[in-house]
Amino acid sequence: MLFSAGGVVSAMLMPIHVLLFGLAFPLGWLDTPSYEHLLALVRHPLTRVYLFILCSLPLFHWAHRFRFTLYDGLQIKHLNELINTFCYGGATLGTAVAAYLLWRIP
Amino acid sequence: MINPTEYLPRSYHTRVSTYWWLARWAYLKFILREASSVFVAWIVVVTLLQTRALRRGPADYAELQNWLRSPFLLALNAVSLFFVIFHAVTWFNLTPKAMVIRLGGKRLSSLAIAAPNYVAWVVISAAIAWILLRG
Amino acid sequence: MANRITLEVTRYDPAHDEKLRLDSYEVPLRKEWVVLDALNYIKDHLDGSLSFRWSCRMGVCGSCGMTVNGVPKLTCATFLSDYAPGPVRVEPMSNFPVLRDLVVDTSDFLVKLAKSKPWIIRKVEKPLDEEYFQTPEQMDAYKQFSMCINCMLCYAACPVYGLDPLFSGPAAIALAQRYNLDSRDQGASDRLDILSHHEGIWGCTFVGECTQVCPKNVDPAAAIQQYKLTATMEWLKALVLPRGASSR
Repeated sequence: MLFSAGGVVSAMLMPIHVLLFGLAFPLGWLDTPSYEHLLALVRHPLTRVYLFILCSLPLFHWAHRFRFTLYDGLQIKHLNELINTFCYGGATLGTAVAAYLLWRIP
Repeated sequence: MINPTEYLPRSYHTRVSTYWWLARWAYLKFILREASSVFVAWIVVVTLLQTRALRRGPADYAELQNWLRSPFLLALNAVSLFFVIFHAVTWFNLTPKAMVIRLGGKRLSSLAIAAPNYVAWVVISAAIAWILLRG
Repeated sequence: MANRITLEVTRYDPAHDEKLRLDSYEVPLRKEWVVLDALNYIKDHLDGSLSFRWSCRMGVCGSCGMTVNGVPKLTCATFLSDYAPGPVRVEPMSNFPVLRDLVVDTSDFLVKLAKSKPWIIRKVEKPLDEEYFQTPEQMDAYKQFSMCINCMLCYAACPVYGLDPLFSGPAAIALAQRYNLDSRDQGASDRLDILSHHEGIWGCTFVGECTQVCPKNVDPAAAIQQYKLTATMEWLKALVLPRGASSR
C-alpha cells in the first residue's frame, strides 16, 4: 500500500520539483524564488505536511522497488537481511529526518 | 524433477544468468523502470537538503543553490528528471490494468482511466509552479 | 525467398548428455510452413530421435510451446518464413527443467494450478434441477481470463518465475481470478487465503512479459494487478470492519 501511495506521489509531484529546483532555477530559465518567499512557504503547516508526504512516501516506494530489484535482478538473496535493513531502514531514517527538519522550522 | 524413473533419470536445470535482464529489451525496460526509484529517492535527499538549508538561513541556502549549479549536479538532476518522468508515464499507463471500471455495462477503456491521471498531473504541476513562482 | 532454411535445435539425452547442445538441420522453407512443420520434417526425414510435444497444430491445445529465437512461442503458430533467411534457434521453454530435447517438465505448473482451485466453488449448492443463470455482462467479467490454454508461455517469459521457482506464476493466478470473477462462484475468499502471500500475487513485479507472449490474449498481468487491488481492499475492509464484513 505504501508502495502504491509512494508511486502516485512521486509520479504526480516529483517531475515539477526536479524541473524547477534541479534545472530551471539553477540554469536561470526562471527567476529563482527569494529565500524569504520560500521560508514563508515552508513555515505554513500545510506546506510542512505536503513536504513530509513528498519525502516519506516516495522513500518507501523506493525501498520496496529497490529491494525487489536487488533480490530478483541481481539474485543476491543470501544478503536478504542486509538488503531489507538498507531499504526499509533507509526509508524509515529518511522519514524521521524529514519529520525532524519540518517540525523544527523556525 | 518430480518422479525420476529408470528411463528418465534426471532433468537439466538451466541456471538463470545474472544478466538475464540484458537478454531482451522488454526486460531492460523493466529494470530501468524499477531503477527510476533510485532517482526518486535522490530527489527526496535533495528536498531534505533544501529544507535543512532553509532552516539554517539565507547564507546556507545560497550555498546550496550554488552547489546545485555545479555541472555534476546539473547532469545528475537532468538524468533524475528523465527517470522521474519515465516513472510517471509508466505508472499512469499501467494504472488502467489494475482498475476495471464499468459504466453502464461497458468497461472503461485504458485511455479513459489513464487520461485523468495525466490531466491531474499537469494541473498539480502548474499549481505547484504557480505557488513557487509568484513570490 | 530461398527454399531452404537452417534450424538450430536443442538436443539433450538425459542418459548420455551432461548438458544441452544445439544441432543444425536444413529443412525446406515453404511459405505456409510453421516451425512445428519444420520440426516434424526433421523427425520424419532427418533425425527420428528428436522429441517434442505437439497435438492440435492449431493453437488451442497448448502443447507445442517452445523458445524460438529467444522468445516463447507456440511452434504451431509461428511462421517459418518470418525468420528467413534464418537460422532459427528452437530451444525448450525457459524456466522449466528439460526432460529431453525440446520436452520440459511441466509438473510444477500443474501443482500450482491445482492450488488455485480452478473450479466453481459453492458454499451452497443449488438443487440438481436448478440452473445457474448468467447474463452476457456477467460472463464478460471473466471471459478474457477463461481463454487460457495452459500453454505455459507466460511462465517461460516471466523473469520472477525464472528467479524464484516458488512463485505461483501468471496462468495460475489469472485462472484463480477467472473463477473469482465468475458470478456463479463463491470461493473468492478461499483462493485469496491461498494466493495473497509473498510467493503468490505479491511476488509479481508487473514486468508484463506474460501478457506480451500470451497467444490467446488472456492478459495475465492485468488479472494479477486486479487481484492485488482486490486483496488490498479486502485487507483494508478487515482492518476497518474486523467482524466478518467480507462480501464473498
